[in-house]
Amino acid sequence: MALDQSFVGRTYPPTDSYEVGREKIREFAEAIGDTNPAYTDAEAAKALGYSDVIAPPTFVFAITFKAAGQVIEDPQLGLDYSRVVHGDQKFAYTRPVRSGDRLSVTSTIEAIKSMAGNDIIDIRGEVHDEAGEHVVTAFTKLVARADREA
Amino acid sequence: MTAKIAYDEVEVGTELPAQTFPVSRATLVRYAGASGDFNPIHWNEKFAKEVGLPDVIAHGMFTMAEAIRVVTDWTGDPGAVAEYGVRFTKPVVVPNDETGALIEVSAKVAAKLDDDDRTVRVDLTAMSAGQKVLGMSRAVVRLA
Repeated sequence: MALDQSFVGRTYPPTDSYEVGREKIREFAEAIGDTNPAYTDAEAAKALGYSDVIAPPTFVFAITFKAAGQVIEDPQLGLDYSRVVHGDQKFAYTRPVRSGDRLSVTSTIEAIKSMAGNDIIDIRGEVHDEAGEHVVTAFTKLVARADREA
Repeated sequence: MTAKIAYDEVEVGTELPAQTFPVSRATLVRYAGASGDFNPIHWNEKFAKEVGLPDVIAHGMFTMAEAIRVVTDWTGDPGAVAEYGVRFTKPVVVPNDETGALIEVSAKVAAKLDDDDRTVRVDLTAMSAGQKVLGMSRAVVRLA
């Protein structure tokens, strides 16, 4: 069943803040095998002009995708998450995420399309820090594949 | 921000050093824990096959994280990445053996965008088992 177009433009309340921890950044960098010292060594990060260690570019997805759960699990929207695959992902950065950031995400439904029985939904997640300054925007395209058995 | 590559020294067509990233089942379990994405298609072969996949597949976001390393290793400063986007076109299939899978990433400067802002567009290619696993894979990078 096609999703309700009237949800396009809907913005969900900002999430409770997520505090970015130095050891969480280290764990993520190690999981992707990335030894860039800016992720683990505060002095190396300072040499690049940052106040503390920074996170790899895709680290923030864990935070924005959790926030997108407000959309995905919205019973009024009725998206069938068991059929959802990740189509596209994009980030636009004002600055890198860094240790100590307290980040809040505001999710908006940018577009809803139906193609060949698939529901395609574009979600924009605006990430701000505790001062209300923009850090990064995540653009996530999800595809709910057609239910062939229905 | 202090990227180690100077805008004036790159041209359209400049190739970044290519890299190959190995991915095993253990890599995926570790990434699941670090990222919080515990979808069983990334670690449970039985489940993956039940939903029609050939085998366990890597997290798309893992592949995305590896591909941009070609750019961040080049610039030195990960904060030089101003934009980064990909399309997930094919899964990276990860067999349960000693070698796992390989993600081969190459990249080149596709455009010089802004002489004042010193930004370039880098186009990335990510392959695994002879298939293109990322499409429209592009980064905007601010150079020194």
